[in-house]
Amino acid sequence: MSLKSKSISSKSSLNEDERLKKISPLRVLLNRPELGALGGSILVFIFFGIVAGDTGMFSAYGMLNFLDVSANLGIIAIAAAMLMIGGEFDLSIGSMIGFAGICIAIPAIYWGWPLWMSIIFAFAMAVLVGYFNGIMVVKTGLPSFIVTLAMLFILRGLTLAITRLITGRTQVPGLRVLIEDDPLAWLFATDTFKWLFTWLGSLKLIELRTDGTPLATGIPPSVIWFIALTLFATWILMKTRYGNWIFASGGDKVGATNVGVPVGRVKISLFIGTAVASTIFACIQVLDAGSADTMRGTLKELEAIAAAVVGGCLLTGGYGSAIGAAFGAIIFGTVSMGIFYTDVDTDWFKVFLGAMMLIAVVFNNYIRKKVTESK
Amino acid sequence: MSDYLVQFNNISKFFGKVIALKDVTMRLKKGEIMCLLGDNGAGKSTLIKTLAGVHKPDEGEIIFEDNKIVFDSPKDALDIGIGTVYQDLALVPLMSVTRNFFMGREPQKGIPFLKTFDVEKANKIAADRMGQIGIDVRDPSQAVGTMSGGERQCLAISRAIYFGAKVLVLDEPTSALGVHQASMVLKYIVKAASEGLAVILITHNVHHAYPVGNSFTVLNRGKSMGTFQKKDISREKLLSMMAGGEELDKLEVELQEMDRIHNKN
Repeated sequence: MSLKSKSISSKSSLNEDERLKKISPLRVLLNRPELGALGGSILVFIFFGIVAGDTGMFSAYGMLNFLDVSANLGIIAIAAAMLMIGGEFDLSIGSMIGFAGICIAIPAIYWGWPLWMSIIFAFAMAVLVGYFNGIMVVKTGLPSFIVTLAMLFILRGLTLAITRLITGRTQVPGLRVLIEDDPLAWLFATDTFKWLFTWLGSLKLIELRTDGTPLATGIPPSVIWFIALTLFATWILMKTRYGNWIFASGGDKVGATNVGVPVGRVKISLFIGTAVASTIFACIQVLDAGSADTMRGTLKELEAIAAAVVGGCLLTGGYGSAIGAAFGAIIFGTVSMGIFYTDVDTDWFKVFLGAMMLIAVVFNNYIRKKVTESK
Repeated sequence: MSDYLVQFNNISKFFGKVIALKDVTMRLKKGEIMCLLGDNGAGKSTLIKTLAGVHKPDEGEIIFEDNKIVFDSPKDALDIGIGTVYQDLALVPLMSVTRNFFMGREPQKGIPFLKTFDVEKANKIAADRMGQIGIDVRDPSQAVGTMSGGERQCLAISRAIYFGAKVLVLDEPTSALGVHQASMVLKYIVKAASEGLAVILITHNVHHAYPVGNSFTVLNRGKSMGTFQKKDISREKLLSMMAGGEELDKLEVELQEMDRIHNKN
């Protein structure tokens, strides 16, 4: 009997390959979590192309503008998405941004540290905060919603209290002069591909200032980080063992533990990931603005989660993608900037954000049913 | 060398004052299917966890291939070749067949620190293994959620075998399944045993156990009521032992007594 079944199976495995090729690309696409966000992005671009096509929104300068906003959100949205796939939330992202900002600014301005040392210090603090969040969730078994909500208040409070104690104010300016010649700061503060824009400007293909230099001077660092992180996160999720562990930890904690996945370690590392992403966000913004503000990053955690959800992440974990979250961020970034180019009052942005999220959740729910429905 | 692949001798487990298991003995040869029968609360779960290395027995010894073994963790049990398939199967419905098959033990390729999950190899092995059971996985990247209950059970068993199980401990593999699906799983269990594995099949369903089992151990309130070879015991006898047949007999007598008193009045 076993012989017979073997011969049948080897035959059917031949058929298998043939049938595999017959699966249409559309079906493969339909099974991907990022489909909704990809479609949404296309719709958003079509919409603004029609409504605001002649307003300068799609000039080089305008595009870099909304790409910059999207990229900033995307950096934290990708980390939030990975954590959500791993089955947890981080509500302390926004507070961590503010906290990381003053971790850079106070040592650099008030203690005389070199800028690169303050930046490393900020990242070290991020690792600590992330580790603390993770270990609390893993060891106590409390919902990450509660643990990180507590962290949201603690960090924001600490940021305010420490800054006021040391500086007597809630803002720490004066960073811009330190950026030059710093061995680390350029990573977060340099526009790239300047030659391209100069060249395009000389050909008069993009808008110029009155002095002949192009209005858009280069690709902002946020966009480079955003693209790099999207690729890195996707590689981890799809192509590494650790990626499989993230899906497993979020999909079924008990089951994953039973087959030997170190669920605790995976979750802790993902919490460190969101805190580090917040710090990257903070570095870029603080160095761009030249000052740290204690309220920087307020509500960003919710935008990051919203982008991840629109990008196809399930709130229950175990399903989602980094590319989806990236497109989620692009949708929000494009709309939040694009709305300035239309006649619509900007107050409507939040309405859009909420509605978009609702649609996404309903859509995701449907997809999940589709994916898991039994034969 | 004894005939037995694995022996669990006089295993006892206490939780505080509670005696969860007392003097349970099970011995299995290669290719043998032993059915562990017991009602709810008989101590089946505790026994499984002891076999799987989750609990350490307070008394008794585990002998595997003539060596005395002490498990400090479930991993130790896995490493020597005791593969446990729990009732929840440790499968993630949203993940693909391949990703589930290799969950926690992904094959890797590439240079150190940049190792990648060898998806192609994994896909091939997973599809191959499922094919051997006669489950045609058209696309190993399809979600496990799309498979039937029996197929999922077979996937979990197949995974345990692939990762080196010599003794399979199966926790209620047929309890959630319909007749057709259950028979598919049972067929696979027989096939696995015929290839030299020892199988401990934990169930409360005598009708599923009796056709496939070589021997039967009945557990009642933490104690073993004995191990019986198939030729020595009938299905009905097993059933009555398992359900605490004596208790039911006693109950019947008591009811008749009450009836008699009632009628007198």
